[in-house]
Amino acid sequence: MDESLLEKREGVVDNENEYTTWVEYWLEGELVHRSAHVALKKMPPIVAEAASLT
Amino acid sequence: MANTQAMCTSFLGEVFTATHNFGVAPTRGSSAADTFKAALYLASATLNASTTVYSATGEVSGTGYTAGGVTVTNATVPASSNTSTTAGTAYWTPSASITYTTVTLTTAFDTVFIYNSTQSNKAVSVHTFGSQTITAGTFTLTMPANTTAAALLRIATT
Repeated sequence: MDESLLEKREGVVDNENEYTTWVEYWLEGELVHRSAHVALKKMPPIVAEAASLT
Repeated sequence: MANTQAMCTSFLGEVFTATHNFGVAPTRGSSAADTFKAALYLASATLNASTTVYSATGEVSGTGYTAGGVTVTNATVPASSNTSTTAGTAYWTPSASITYTTVTLTTAFDTVFIYNSTQSNKAVSVHTFGSQTITAGTFTLTMPANTTAAALLRIATT
């Protein structure tokens, strides 16, 4: 394949839940490759509590 | 229909009965850590805090993806740390990224479901992200830092 014919598209999503990057390669209007990398950010912890006996 | 990020309530109870073993526990029949898996779910699925066990319903399908997902690398035992005399946090994070290599998943997915395949596929947690599709490529989930403030799973007292 002549790689010069490939069109590369990239994107980023950054919010409180994730940091995501993706890359696509298009050949003559057809998507031939798409990869994504999602970095998960923290989620709320479980809150544990001991009940008072009084 | 939508997925909701949540720590599964069934898991909360199972923590207290040692159903799940992320590390080594001498009180159990086996001292080996359980095997945890990560499965991807379509954006149209309905996983949430009520999810109790792995199901193929709503799971992604496509070239290179095996139903049930991939095994989570678990080389780091759970840890805990006190933040005061009355509060602390127990935490655990997979020790490597979760990667689905050379897959084609053309229907949008937005959720990874962590479950315990050693203990009858019982649910652990649901994690959502922006909808994705993959075409002859790799999908990678990088884990947060394994700290009291950011670990993937945290149980905290305040």
